[in-house]
Amino acid sequence: MKNPLDSIWGTIISGLLLTVILYYAVKSMLM
Amino acid sequence: MELVPVLARWLHFLAGIMWIGLLYYFNFVQVPALKAAAADNTAAGITRHVAPRALLYFRWAAVVTWLAGAALLGSNFVPAFTLQKGFAGIGIGAWLGTIMLFNVWALIWPNQQKILGLKPATDEEKNKARRVALLASRTNMALSIPMLFFMAGGLTHKAAFGL
Repeated sequence: MKNPLDSIWGTIISGLLLTVILYYAVKSMLM
Repeated sequence: MELVPVLARWLHFLAGIMWIGLLYYFNFVQVPALKAAAADNTAAGITRHVAPRALLYFRWAAVVTWLAGAALLGSNFVPAFTLQKGFAGIGIGAWLGTIMLFNVWALIWPNQQKILGLKPATDEEKNKARRVALLASRTNMALSIPMLFFMAGGLTHKAAFGL
């Protein structure tokens, strides 16, 4: 499998996915 | 108006813009430019005159950003870093920023010194350094996306979490 960090778009999509994951993680910590 | 938080926030933003601005410059401009420049043997102009200056401001802006951020957190520093209730959002932002600072000083800068010839290295070591520096830089670019979401949300944008 190709490393997503080898491309700019793969990097941006990884960052966006991480944002969504962390958003729900933080939300669950607050509830 | 308390002076320290106001100045710390101002400095945090100024230095943060320089740090992340240069990070995006490296990823969006310099890396593809070096690839194109290698094809017509003009890369030396970038590696000799541009990259060392960009890296100087980049790594020190990272330090100033972190210190100003710590000053801004003030007595909320420990609650933020231990992700206590009400501080988890800014805490995640602070942790991401801290990991990024580590990447700058422990991975990007030492490897860039080898790549740019500021530290002696064999061709094999330089090739390895290029890979590590690129991946660390790309990791920081990816981390900057959630980092800015949580920093911008910080302690105030509670609506984003339905509070």
